[in-house]
Amino acid sequence: MPKRTDIKKVLLIGSGPIIIGQACEFDYSGTQACKALKEDGYEVVLVNSNPATIMTDPNLADRTYIEPITPEMVEKIIERERPDAVLPTMGGQTALNCSVRLAEAGVFEKYGVEMIGAGLNAIKKAEERELFKLAMQRIGLEVPRSSQARSIDKAIEIIGTMDFPVIIRPSFTLGGTGGGIAYNMEEYRDMVRYGIESSPVNEILVEESVIGWKEYELEVMRDRKDNVVIICSIENFDPMGVHTGDSITVAPAQTLTDKEYQILRDYSIKIIREIGVDTGGSNIQFSVNPQNGKVYVIEMNPRVSRSSALASKATGFPIAKIAAKLAVGYTLDEIPNDITKKTPASFEPTIDYVVVKIPRFAFEKFPNADATLTTQMKSVGEAMAIGRTFKEAMSKAVRSLETGSGGFDKKVRKDRHEPEFVPTDAELDLIKARLKMPSGERLWFVCEAIRGGLQIEDIYRSTGIDPWFLNNLKDIVDIEKALFWQFKSTGRLPEGLFRRAKEAGFSDASIGALSNKSESEVRALASECGIEPVYKTVDTCAAEFEAHTPYLYSTYERPFYNALEGTAPRSACEARPTKRKKVVILGSGPNRIGQGIEFDYCCVHCSLALKEAGYESIMVNCNPETVSTDYDTSDRLYFEPLAFQDVLSIVEKEKPLGVIVQLGGQTPLKLAVPLEKAGVKILGTSSDSIDMAEDRERFDHLLERLKLKRPKSGIARSIGDAMRVARSIGYPVMVRPSYVLGGRAMEIVYEERRLIEYMTKAIHASPEHPVLIDSFLQNAVEVDVDCISDGEMTVIGGVMEHIEEAGVHSGDSACSIPPYSLAKGVLDGIRHQAKLLARELKVVGLMNIQFAIKDNEIYILEVNPRASRTIPFVSKAIGRPLAKYATLLMMGSTLKGLGFTEEITPAYTSVKEAVFPFIKFPGVDTLLGPEMKSTGEVMGISRDFGAAFAKAQISAGNRMPLKGRVFISVRDEDKEDIAPVAMELFSLGFKVVATSGTARFLKENGVPAECVLKVAEGRPHIVDRIKSREIDMVINTSFGAKSVADSYSIRRSSLDMGIPYFTTVAGARASAMGIKAMLKDGLDVKTLQEYHSTLQTPNTK
Amino acid sequence: MKKATLALSDGTVFEGYSFGAQIDKTGEVVFNTSMTGYQEVLTDPSYKGQIVAMTYTEQGNYGVNDEDIESARPWAEGFIVKEHCQYPSSWRARGRLDEYLKRHNIAGIYGIDTRALTRIIRDKGAMQGVISTTGQDAAVLVKKAHETPGMVGADLVKEVTCGAPYSWNEGLWGLGDGYGALDKIGKRFKVVAYDFGIKRNILRNLASSGCDVTVVPAFMPANEVLAMRPNGVFLSNGPGDPDAVKYARRNIQNLIGKTPIFGICLGHQILALALGGSTFKLKFGHRGANQPVMDLTTGRVEITSQNHGFAVDEGSIKGLANLTHINLNDRTVEGIAHPSLPVFSVQYHPEASPGPHDAQYLFRRFTDMMEQQGAGV
Repeated sequence: MPKRTDIKKVLLIGSGPIIIGQACEFDYSGTQACKALKEDGYEVVLVNSNPATIMTDPNLADRTYIEPITPEMVEKIIERERPDAVLPTMGGQTALNCSVRLAEAGVFEKYGVEMIGAGLNAIKKAEERELFKLAMQRIGLEVPRSSQARSIDKAIEIIGTMDFPVIIRPSFTLGGTGGGIAYNMEEYRDMVRYGIESSPVNEILVEESVIGWKEYELEVMRDRKDNVVIICSIENFDPMGVHTGDSITVAPAQTLTDKEYQILRDYSIKIIREIGVDTGGSNIQFSVNPQNGKVYVIEMNPRVSRSSALASKATGFPIAKIAAKLAVGYTLDEIPNDITKKTPASFEPTIDYVVVKIPRFAFEKFPNADATLTTQMKSVGEAMAIGRTFKEAMSKAVRSLETGSGGFDKKVRKDRHEPEFVPTDAELDLIKARLKMPSGERLWFVCEAIRGGLQIEDIYRSTGIDPWFLNNLKDIVDIEKALFWQFKSTGRLPEGLFRRAKEAGFSDASIGALSNKSESEVRALASECGIEPVYKTVDTCAAEFEAHTPYLYSTYERPFYNALEGTAPRSACEARPTKRKKVVILGSGPNRIGQGIEFDYCCVHCSLALKEAGYESIMVNCNPETVSTDYDTSDRLYFEPLAFQDVLSIVEKEKPLGVIVQLGGQTPLKLAVPLEKAGVKILGTSSDSIDMAEDRERFDHLLERLKLKRPKSGIARSIGDAMRVARSIGYPVMVRPSYVLGGRAMEIVYEERRLIEYMTKAIHASPEHPVLIDSFLQNAVEVDVDCISDGEMTVIGGVMEHIEEAGVHSGDSACSIPPYSLAKGVLDGIRHQAKLLARELKVVGLMNIQFAIKDNEIYILEVNPRASRTIPFVSKAIGRPLAKYATLLMMGSTLKGLGFTEEITPAYTSVKEAVFPFIKFPGVDTLLGPEMKSTGEVMGISRDFGAAFAKAQISAGNRMPLKGRVFISVRDEDKEDIAPVAMELFSLGFKVVATSGTARFLKENGVPAECVLKVAEGRPHIVDRIKSREIDMVINTSFGAKSVADSYSIRRSSLDMGIPYFTTVAGARASAMGIKAMLKDGLDVKTLQEYHSTLQTPNTK
Repeated sequence: MKKATLALSDGTVFEGYSFGAQIDKTGEVVFNTSMTGYQEVLTDPSYKGQIVAMTYTEQGNYGVNDEDIESARPWAEGFIVKEHCQYPSSWRARGRLDEYLKRHNIAGIYGIDTRALTRIIRDKGAMQGVISTTGQDAAVLVKKAHETPGMVGADLVKEVTCGAPYSWNEGLWGLGDGYGALDKIGKRFKVVAYDFGIKRNILRNLASSGCDVTVVPAFMPANEVLAMRPNGVFLSNGPGDPDAVKYARRNIQNLIGKTPIFGICLGHQILALALGGSTFKLKFGHRGANQPVMDLTTGRVEITSQNHGFAVDEGSIKGLANLTHINLNDRTVEGIAHPSLPVFSVQYHPEASPGPHDAQYLFRRFTDMMEQQGAGV
């Protein structure tokens, strides 16, 4: 069946900001879908609020709406665009939920829009637990016993029929938000309450626990002729009880006999048919009892998912692309397999390697969060690694995580030299406790348990991790021991053992640590022994057919030879470097807070720019969620860890003109100096300039020479030092360890007592690293500038005025282009200083500078000679692809040549707002500070600041009220400033509610305010009123430990109840402007292309 | 770790380690891309005379058991893997893969670059090889491989077929039930199955479809088969060159038109020859569990389990039989049917084991055919 011709225009809904449970994978799938549909001549209308996505690039879809993904706004888009169909299965749960609401409200029917891929009934059957359970029963499959509850009473009734532990799953939430495992009645009550609150339909499922069972996932595809294929099977390393997004997962399934695997395959086919997903991909999760093979169906996602992105990268089969083609009527046999070209997509990929995905967590950012892994996802990113064996893939995955560990580092008695040890009772207790509790560190504790002599059988009993995995880890530990003792007794590494370690994925650093050698000594020795990596292709077919797509991974293979031809033994390498001019781009690795999709966006642009300019682009990255690791993006893809050894091997193989390190964030930047020392050319800004900007003392000299101001500062190596420096600068001070990313461990310290506390902790954390102490500029306005330079000329990309004051990490602050309150003189000063710095640092490419403005004085806070997090936002605001330009400049173009010689000041306003993961971490405070906590961002564009800010808030999930009650409670210093805001809200028709002090002040200033009790003052207090939904917006600033603690419950309950809250005066002021704009003119929708058409065109091209 | 060598007739030499039996074995080296089901593969009599390389790297993970067998013993000459597991993990496991190979005298080699080997076979075609642990000179081993007779012209059926007729009484496997009893199914059709190297799962499928199956040796003359008054005759899979099994071809010619016939794999090839068609050797064959086949009568695609080195020449059956199934990867013949008589066959393995169950409907097609002929009513 060929494609449908009755459809011309398709609406594609994206997934919005990056949040825990929904990350870059939906940019990957949406971008693929968009390209696939356009390739077939469909007009694509796209909506997504996330500016850091490739899919929202103005030249990808025909019409791109960077607008909130809410039913109201999407209806406006439908009304304006009149698409024939909507594809709801590409944008994760966000797109699915939005589509369900539009369908149920009759919007699709009203405008004659057909849901393609999955219809309303299929989505509801898959998503609503009771319907799903009935559907499974109808086809004779078992699901864990469960009952639904909408109240505590009902939940208590249910628990009478089940044994603890039980799983609580709220309906219709992302990444299992609000869910958990209850082991006793007390936990149960809390979790039921939390779960009902988290569910948008206030409903939970109480489910029989299958903790400890094995967990499997199958990725299934179906076309409209009812052909069904399985793309990939995945086995979870962590057993049931840990969300699959937080599990280490392995493809293909490792421990199922064919008979058992075929049961899962048969079930999957039955399920996709019964649920009625017409076309496209679905993910189906099973649990299998390790004692008898009994199978339960756990859940199904009737859409592409994080797992489908992983499966695509793991097999080379582009699920989203094919799903888009199936949605418009093609059948699997009509679509060619991109990789083999000759065979059709109607087959099941088979692989000849092992894939391991490992999650990356950010608990260090949320000290109060419970780090135990449960059914609610908590990881912020993931890395994937490919090896010929599980051991190799696992070791590479650990290295790819970039958590500073070259391998399976020690966790107990870290300073010991020998791998094995005899644990003390206390150590044994610690190990056993950490084995029982699933966490991001459990893998390392399993290795310690093995080294400490625990039996595999016992580790299995504590962890439920299949003995097959545990025994493989034991093999790794055995190699460690052999390396250590062989070297210790003979002073050398036997070649056979060395090779075995390399084959098992050992890094040079970990071999070095076991044999008293440096990383480079190990590398040299390996090279001498001829133990060098070879590259193999990911080809969907285990080499049965020739592959045309160079998607490669490294491995170690023994040499072979031809005895008749007399060839020398060699290992088979499938990398085929060409003679063309080529460039290696280093990606940004797993997503983490502070380094996410924004950098992937830059790397993808870099690749596209290189290709357009006639260079061959070679991508290195290990994040399976991304567009950069789509085999379609670059000329060659190396799916490899971004570690020095792996990158250098690729460079040695490919011999590129140079390597681009400035677009992938801190990860590649860190490699600049070592790579250059190894003789690799770094393109763009030199590594010396990078060092000058990163090295505190060199940078200070530079600023002195340029006579630029920065906040007074000093370096402390001891508590005494710190006290002296802080006193001379004057409190408050900003303190931080010398080498940080995303504001890690940064803190504003107002008094000596706290400084001493901090220093005790910080010094303890990193004894060799000094602490930096800066004067903290209170109530200063922070400004971010992104600029671009060709070494001669510098052009400002964008000047972003932050909404939150300095002290809130720039990544967590909302900001506006153009600035909305700063004077022209100040802005000119900022521009001048930016250009001066770019020239002095001889920047070729991008540079980001953070300024603080206090009393019209400009202070420089930080300079990053690389692409910043805001590049995609700025590029979309000004309609110029800055990352592409930067790439071309690095390759020798000039800004004049590119026709980009003047800063662009749009007549519309673009606001970026940060999105936080607090809802996933019960008990964590939502106050912002110098340590970055946001996982993603959204963009609001409109005619003026108010409307743009309102859109950004709505996109970030803050439902801005148009009427109702505003609660205001601010610290004394803010009272003066909050009064006009309160007055504005009052005049917009809001009732103002305040705690006694604030209320009194407001009344004195003419704002009628109703008084409400503080939590400590008796009941009903403010939190009661928030919980009973009597408050529609919260403005709350606080200062000092006591005040912060007192007001914590206000912020947390607002968050839990989904009430918008603002913790800064500036934020409150902006929100009032937003509400005013919404009430006055409402919010309109407009495409990015329309906005860009209002900008001045480039001088030349 | 005992060293082992794999030498191919083209001169390629891989050095790895020995597992399983430490003996020298020769055979045609082929690769199989199925990620599960190594025990079924080893016990499939169609692998007689072959050394099987598994493209998936981790083998032996779930051990071996007494159920996942397709015949009384393994038939492959040798087994080539990247990694073999010494600590199987499965509630079904009863032993380790290496012990199993050792017990059955099958040579194994591991630790070699199986992907490189696969690419060599893909590019140059399946070729003869030897696995050796004797440490002989590579040139000697290559010569030995070169001198090993190839598959063309080889009648291997006679080495794997049963000695005497027997009846089959085991149904399909179910989780928790093992191989099912057949009491409830009943025996509505009397079927004689020629054993050219039959896989047990074919018999189980037939039995579970209501067939009372008698398995007979490949040599049994047609008149003796007809004397058993079957409702249908089944032609099984098996090893070697279909063209070399002349006696089977003659018997089938004598059965066509007298009883419904269903053939699988080698049975399909010999049927095509009996109808007047011809077969040829594929470069490296189809062996795996992911081969897409289109049923031309419905347009539906099924993912199939395959294991064959020869194929029916499409041109040769024009006018003699209808093409019913094709392979979507290389468009080769996957199924044929007689234009008027109740006679059909497929190249692939609807009985799966290992592999997907998509094509199980063909057993039903066979019983429907017998029913139309008045049987089983």
